[in-house]
Amino acid sequence: MLQYALKRAVLALLVALTVSLVCFLLVNLSTDVATAMAGEGATAETIDAIRTQYGFDRPLAVQYFEWLGRATLGNFGDSLYFRTPVAALVLQRMPTTMILGASALGFALALSIPLGVIAALKPNSWIDRLTLTIAVVGQAMPSFWFALLLMYLFGVTLQLLPISGGDTWLHFILPAIALGYYAAPAIMRLTRSGMLEVLESDYIRTARAKGLRNTSVLFKHALRNAVAPVVALAAVQLGFLLGGSVVIETIFALNGLGYLAWEAISHNDFPVVQAVVLLISLVYIVLTLLADIANAWLDPRIRIG
Amino acid sequence: MQVEGLRVDIPTPMGMLHAVRGVDLALEAGETLCLVGESGCGKSLSALALMGLLPRAARRSLSRFSFAGEDLQRAGERRMGDLRGNRIAMIFQEPMTSLNPSWSIGNQLEEGWLRHRGGSTALARERALHLLERVGITGATSRLGQYPHQLSGGLRQRVMIAMALMCEPALMIADEPTTALDVTVQAQILHLLKELQREFGMGLILITHDLGIVARVADRVAVMYAGEIVEQGPVARLFSHPSHPYTRGLLDCIPVPGRLAPGERLGTIPGVVSPPIGALHGCQFRNRCSEAEDACATRAFELRELSGGQRLRCRLAAT
Repeated sequence: MLQYALKRAVLALLVALTVSLVCFLLVNLSTDVATAMAGEGATAETIDAIRTQYGFDRPLAVQYFEWLGRATLGNFGDSLYFRTPVAALVLQRMPTTMILGASALGFALALSIPLGVIAALKPNSWIDRLTLTIAVVGQAMPSFWFALLLMYLFGVTLQLLPISGGDTWLHFILPAIALGYYAAPAIMRLTRSGMLEVLESDYIRTARAKGLRNTSVLFKHALRNAVAPVVALAAVQLGFLLGGSVVIETIFALNGLGYLAWEAISHNDFPVVQAVVLLISLVYIVLTLLADIANAWLDPRIRIG
Repeated sequence: MQVEGLRVDIPTPMGMLHAVRGVDLALEAGETLCLVGESGCGKSLSALALMGLLPRAARRSLSRFSFAGEDLQRAGERRMGDLRGNRIAMIFQEPMTSLNPSWSIGNQLEEGWLRHRGGSTALARERALHLLERVGITGATSRLGQYPHQLSGGLRQRVMIAMALMCEPALMIADEPTTALDVTVQAQILHLLKELQREFGMGLILITHDLGIVARVADRVAVMYAGEIVEQGPVARLFSHPSHPYTRGLLDCIPVPGRLAPGERLGTIPGVVSPPIGALHGCQFRNRCSEAEDACATRAFELRELSGGQRLRCRLAAT
């Protein structure tokens, strides 16, 4: 188990390095950083001066390693727009996004796994069709549109929940639903197909031949095997959710990383963009690593090779 | 155990599949009954029907089902659940897939005991350990913590047998328990089953298509074809006087040293089992039968008593 986890961790580290390179190159190739730093209406001399002063005229490889070296120590430079250190900015915004992401995934799992199981237990029944409809609608509806619908219904018409800001946990309910609903269909369909397959398997017949109660057959023998792929998918979905939080945070005026990214992009604040993209990628890599380890815990065939 | 008029019907897009059609079975304590027939003749479904483990779409009907003095004809899922794994146990053809890959051997052995007998895990573990040793697994203590993928097919089938024996069942149903195993392992497993049967005084229903196995273990044999029993009787009688053309055909398929001259061909039964779908008339074997006459296409034949406890469903019994 430990050996397996270490192997995965080394792999994750390599991926993280690759991501940092891509992240650095994307920014440097898409804008001229010196121009961006100089701001609008700067003269050619100012831009050149900035270029030499910050070393943007050196080869990209040198710049990359310098940036990586500083980034590993948590130094991402100063924000061009906020004029404060990027690291502090990011740290300050991170909890909001983490809470949003976790509660969105929590909502998605709480909604989709039970529905997936029920759909698998009664395939082609009305409830199966209903979950299929929810899944199709969920995949087809853009999250910003669904977010606006939620705001209108629960915020404006029913006046049950706040729709803007992130002061209390109540503020997170609607954004979490809006964001999580987007991830639910894939998890639901995978749970359903996994359960259908597992319920047909020989070992379920064995479990029933032992006279085990239905709950035991269903939860101990079937669900554990059916959710193994769901764990991996949930990690991937959480990555999408972090990406989707850019839109949702903007709509609900939640002061998180997504909102920060949106602000930074619109102000050409490249140090912040780099930091946020790198951070979200790292979170994603860590999640995938955790999913691999969780899978190994669920499935002894991975754990004991 | 006594079963009469067992029927299993499965709706299919092509019409109703009459997978099992009026099968009668009787089994005394300690007796071995072999159900023999080709793939698709309804032997596995008959067994699953007795266990109450039929696929969802399948429908079962019975005119009589008694087990150890209890009438189970109308027994619900709750009662059958109490009996399964407790008084009636079953082992399956595929030891590779019949164990749950996610739980340890020990856990899967113990859970049946805990379900039916309750009590402490320690007691269940003790019982599991004892049975693993009894079915010939060495290093049983360390095996308890292992997972199915760490065991070979033969070992897994031994685990399945130990699992079935946990609550000392009065009846064991073994559905082709050796088909998926190596020939040498097959013999060991069969020997073990017979030995355990004697030790526990269990009734054993063994489903197989291998008449070599039948000759070694059976007390009585029922030959099934297309969902019906076409011939049954004591094993010695059936092998010395096979009366149904199908039984004779099956026996001709077995290679016996010295019976055939070099170069002579081993017997085969031409054709395949046609699935019993829709309204059925006459004998289902007639299209593959060398003794078939016109009457076989229309007349329904009863199982008729021959001498020596043998019963036959064929026009040959009527004449």
